Formats: sequence, C-alpha cells, structure tokens
Amino acid sequence: MRTLAAKPWFWSFVAAFGVWLATILFTGGASTIGVSQAALTFAAFSIIVGLGQMFVITLGPGNVDLSIPSTMTLAGTVALKVMETNDGLVLLGLILAVLVGLCIGVVNYGLIKLLRIPPIIATLSSSFIIQSTAIWYNRGIRIKPPATLIQFATGTTLGIPNVALVALLISVVIWVLLEKGIYGRRVSAIGQNMRAARLAGVPVDGTRFATYVLCAVLASLAGLLLSCFSGGAALNMGTEYLLSSIAVVVIGGTAVAGGSANVPGIWGGSLFLFLVVSMLNTYGASAGVRLLLTGIIIIGVILAASRRPLA
Amino acid sequence: MDTAATSRDMLAVNGAEKSFGAVRALAGVDFVVRAGECVGLVGHNGAGKSTLVTLMTGGTKPDRGRILLDGQDATGSYGFAAAREHGLRCVFQELSLCPNLTVTENTRIAHRSISGLGWRRRAEQVIRQKLDEIFPGHGIDVGTTIASLSIAKRQMVEIATAFSESEAKVRLVILDEPTSSLDATLAGQLLAYVRKFVGAGGSVVVISHILGEILSAADRVVVMKDGKVVAERPASEFTVASLVAAMGSVVRERDAVRPARDQSGQTPVLAQTATGPEPAIGFVAYPGEIVGLAGLGGHGQTRTLIGLYRDQGGDWIARRDSKVAFVAGDRHVDGNLPLWSILKNLTLTLLPDLTRFGLVQHRAEAAVAQQWRARIEVRTQDLDNPILSLSGGNQQKVLFARALATRVPVVLMDDPMRGVDIGTKQEVYAILRSEADKGRTFVWYSTEMDEICQCDRVYVFREGRIVAELRGADIAESHILAASFAEQAA
Repeated sequence: MRTLAAKPWFWSFVAAFGVWLATILFTGGASTIGVSQAALTFAAFSIIVGLGQMFVITLGPGNVDLSIPSTMTLAGTVALKVMETNDGLVLLGLILAVLVGLCIGVVNYGLIKLLRIPPIIATLSSSFIIQSTAIWYNRGIRIKPPATLIQFATGTTLGIPNVALVALLISVVIWVLLEKGIYGRRVSAIGQNMRAARLAGVPVDGTRFATYVLCAVLASLAGLLLSCFSGGAALNMGTEYLLSSIAVVVIGGTAVAGGSANVPGIWGGSLFLFLVVSMLNTYGASAGVRLLLTGIIIIGVILAASRRPLA
Repeated sequence: MDTAATSRDMLAVNGAEKSFGAVRALAGVDFVVRAGECVGLVGHNGAGKSTLVTLMTGGTKPDRGRILLDGQDATGSYGFAAAREHGLRCVFQELSLCPNLTVTENTRIAHRSISGLGWRRRAEQVIRQKLDEIFPGHGIDVGTTIASLSIAKRQMVEIATAFSESEAKVRLVILDEPTSSLDATLAGQLLAYVRKFVGAGGSVVVISHILGEILSAADRVVVMKDGKVVAERPASEFTVASLVAAMGSVVRERDAVRPARDQSGQTPVLAQTATGPEPAIGFVAYPGEIVGLAGLGGHGQTRTLIGLYRDQGGDWIARRDSKVAFVAGDRHVDGNLPLWSILKNLTLTLLPDLTRFGLVQHRAEAAVAQQWRARIEVRTQDLDNPILSLSGGNQQKVLFARALATRVPVVLMDDPMRGVDIGTKQEVYAILRSEADKGRTFVWYSTEMDEICQCDRVYVFREGRIVAELRGADIAESHILAASFAEQAA
C-alpha cells in the first residue's frame, strides 16, 4: 500500500473513484452503468490528447503544445470532408487525419527550432493559422461522418465504449514507448537537463521533433474520433481540450517541470475531470458554481498529489 | 611577517582558512593591503586567489582567521555591504554589467546614493568623468546599452564603474584579470591610472596572467600556491623568471617521466586545425594517448572540448559508432540527470547499443551497470537508488562509467576531478591508464598540475588558443607555468 501510494498517479485515481462514488450514491446506485460508460467515453478523448501533451510537457520547462484544439478541428474537418459520408473512404480519411497531424507537428517544431520562438508562442500562433485553415476549408457547413464511423464511435464492445478501447490501445503503445523504449528515456533525459543529455549523446533535436509530431498526430486522431462521435466536425469542438489536455497531465502526476511522466495518471486525471463535471450536474449546480467548484477541486487534487516525495 | 596591525593597513586578512568539502582552498593566509600601494597577486589554478578575493569582498566567510579593516577586527560583521561601505570595489573576470541597460543605468545600479529626480544626469556625469580620466579618448557613448558595446569597451565601463565615486570614497579596488580584453594601449592607460590612484593614497590589488603587467604596476607581489602565500617581496626584486619559479613547487620528484612517443607514422583519431594569429598550434590526438589541456582556468579549454564533441554531430539522429564521449566536470550543469537512478544515469550514452527495435533490453542494461559498478566501485547498496544519494566523488565515477562503458575511441574530460577526494582520484587514474594502454584516447582538461603531469602530451592554452605543446620530459610544472603566463600583453 505504501509503495502504491508513492506512485505519482495514485492520487488521481483516489480522486476519480471518490467522485464516482459520490455521484452514484446520490442517485442511489441507479446510474452506475450510465455514469461509468459516459465517463469512459468522454475521458477517452482527453486521454488521447493528454498522452501527447504528456510527452511535450516532459521535455522540460516552457514546452507545451497549445495547438491541440485547432489540430483536432482541422483533422476532423479535412477527414470528414474528403470521406463525404462515403463508407468506402474510411481508411483514406484516417490516413489524411494522420497526415494533417504530421504536417502540424513539423510546422510547430520548425517554428521552435528555426525561428527560435518559445514553444508556447510557436504553438499558440500556429494554432491561429490552423484554425483559420479549418474555417476556410469548412466554410461553416457541418459535415457528417460516414455511417460506419458513427456506429463505431458511439458503440460499445462487451459494454465498454469503443472510443475507450481505442484510448486503451494507444495508451498501451505509449506506455511501452515511455517505460521500455529508448525514446521515452531520451525525452525524460532532455526534460531533466537538456545540456547534460546532449553531452551524453542524446539526439536532442531529433527527440524533440518526434515529440511535437507525435503530440499533433494524437490530437488529429482524437479530433477524427470526436467528430465522428458527435456527428460532425464543428469549428469549436477542440476548445475545451486546451485546458483539459494540460490539466490531466498535471493531475496525473507528471512533473510540470519535466523529466518524469506516467501513463496511468492520464487515465486517472481524465476520468476525474469528467466525473467532477457530471457529479456537479447530478447535484444540479448552476454553470457558474460548476466551473468554480471544478477549479477548486483541481487545485485540491494537485496540492494533495504534490506532497509526494520526488521519485 | 609582522601581523601587528598598523593604521596604514587598509585591509588585512590574518590566518584565514577556508575549506570546500574535501578541498582546502585557503590554508592559513596572511594578506595585507596598505594605503597607497598596489599589490600584485599571482598563482596557478587552485592556488586560492579567487577564494581570497571572495573573502575580501565579503562573498564568503573564513572558517578560521580574522579580517581587519583599518586595524580594527571586523570578522563578525563582514559582508558585501560592510566591504562596500568601507570603500572596497571589485572588477570581476566575468563581467557583471546588465547587458540590456545603458552605461548610465548600470552606473546607477552601482551607486545607490544617486537617486531622486535628475539621477540620470548625475550618473552620466559620474561615469563619463571617470571614463575620460582613465581612458582618454575612449569613444564610448554612455547612452548606449551594454549589449551593443564591444567586449573591450564593456571591460572599460566595468573598470570605470569600480573607480567611480558618488558618496562613499573608493579606497581599495581589486582588479581580477582587468586587461584580458584590452589591447596594449588601453592596458597601458589603465596601469598609468592605477599608479596615479595609488599615488593619491588609494589601494589596488591586481590579479593577472600577464606577469610583465604585474611587475610594472605593483609595488609588492604576493605569490600563492596550494592555499598558502609562498613568496612576498617588493616587485623590484622579482623578474618574470623568478616569479614563475616561485609559483612552482620546490622541485618535486615525478614518479616516472613518460618518454615522448614517435607519432610520425600514426593517423590521428581526432584533429582540429589551428585558427588565429601565429604561432597557431593545431590540436591532434593519436590512439592510446592521454592528451592534457593545461593553462589557467577559463582560457578556452572547455570550449575546445565542447567544440570537439559537437563537431561529431548527432543532434538529430543518434550517432552510430560515435567517435567521442564526454565526461562532465560540472556535474550539476553538464552531467547528472537528477531524477534518475544510478543505473539509468550510467547507461545513457551506451543506450543505443542496448536497444533492439527501439526497446531497451533491461537485462543487458542491468548486466552492464553491475559490471561497471564492480569495476569502478560505486559505493551504493542498490543501483536503483537515485543518483543524488551518492557522494560527489561517486557521482563522478558514474559519469566516468557512462563514457567508459561505450565503445568510443576518444573520451573528452572537462576537469572531471573537481572536488573529488584523493582516494577516488587514484582509482580513476589507474582506470584511465589501463584504458589508454588498450588503445583508447583521452583528452583531459585539468586545472591540477599533478594530473597534467600524468599525460603523454600536453597543450597549454592561453586566451582561447593553444600556445604551447609539451611532450615527454618537457611536461613539467615550470614549462606549463611559463606558457600559461604571458610576459607582456599581446
């Protein structure tokens, strides 16, 4: 138990479980399955983008990707428009979404490296360009996804939402990269001391480049999934993921200062974040109160988690 | 020496001792600056000059000993503020001006008493007057920012700021390598001003690697070595040669002189062509030799090592069969990854060899780490303990193992024995020698004479370039000292 409590992601799960319990007890247990399925579904999107943001934040102070929302929008828009509700073009749509992510990642790191712009400014300014591209491409029409994709994104397998299964699959891959792969080692080394990492033979530029690309590709996939789930690509669909992609990383116990990351915490953080909102909804709190309490609860969890000794 | 304080003793340090961990920087130093004299302070790396200066400026307190101001004991209350109030100023080697502010604004920072309305005009007056006085015809516009000035002009501003007065009178100025960026004319102007300042009753301490400068500017020269004052005489009784001799040890026997190797037929593993004015000596390193980089600290050795390292590329794609590995001396800045275990710190450079399909082979990794733990005797219960749980010397051993565990033919070492205890040093020396015998090349920057004397070949650096190459029996303290210190400014 002591070793479990020392894990950086421990508190995010305690918090998520507590909120889950408070919600279903309020409804006398009647909503157990509904709340759980909804939590897994909605958490899935922030898990996918959170995993990318986790790597970026782990690169060290100043590294954060603010272009995630616009990347989600553009990838969803482009993929849906090309597929034109045609079931036969699903694979093409998927490939296009990934390509959009690749390009955005390349542009982001290009701005950071070639123009020497701090990552926060670089990704923020590229997000304006990406968002404008999406507006220009979309022209305000809500495009419908192909029927098979709607079915997949809203369906369940053995009672578990399909999007949650996708998030699980991606999480496993990311976990292997982080914990077992040389790539994860390098990201962590750069986040702790970039100069020392470079002098120890870590290809610093290559690793950072790969990280920004990975983050953008994951955001693109999340954008495609979300637009299929919600029945079409909307221009503002990524907005809430700006804050939540960062919040789930922090709540999950990844070091804000870089160098140390973990995958389970992204799940704990994402589930917690959705459950807080749904709990306050169940209690009938007004929108203002809901936002206020969400903020306070997030601060509380981060405070509790930050008492842990340095791993 | 007469330690009885007289009223002419502006500042005196009596029996000062200071240790940093295992390193004894000052071992009982007596040092006096009298009113109306210029004292030259010389010594090689680690002699204790910097520590003595920091002590006098109030930056650190002695473990034992006293500091006297005008004959009064001031040890207890001594600090930056007390030193400044007493009229003490210091010009450091690392320039201390704010680059984004103008010359005038920097003057205001140095002088708290310039305040209220019209401060800018008064600060301008103070600094311009002093610049005109020390460096006539300096051509510096006091309204420009420091960043847009050349390095020489920055140094001139720094010096003028130290001598400038607003409220408190300047009584003692410590000049640490004041002419390092000045040409001969400017250096001459400064030395003339120093004489004038001293003639008017002020005091100056000059530290310089240009011995001719010390001899012409100072009334008295103090020579330090190993944390002690080893000679103290009027400047007129020293010559450049006797000064170099005084800095060296009293003829210490070397265990064995390594015979100079015949390298005419060999191909170098690493080479860098010389740049800059004559005599330009290029850098080469041959298989199996230990090449020393000597000279005073900060004269371009670290920059050369990092240049040699970065020349090999590897910022985008990890190098396969890399040629060089780097051993950091400044562990916290260049070496340690503080969140990681000993094991992960040790294997970082070797990682590409331990990886298959992008995945680190944990069993192989642990095996390598155990093998090196045994070989270099890292003192720990468990290699999974955090790196920071180790003592400094053991952290350094891990950094050595990080480089030695690889297959690289050349290991670059940036003064890695800083603050390491003698036992650890001996162990590492033995490993270096055995690795060199197996054909590995070491390029070793060291500020310690004992270490330089263990090298097969030595390059001496001064002012950012190689000024001498020594081999075999020529690798001796006297030769290294003579090359490290210039007789006259270039």
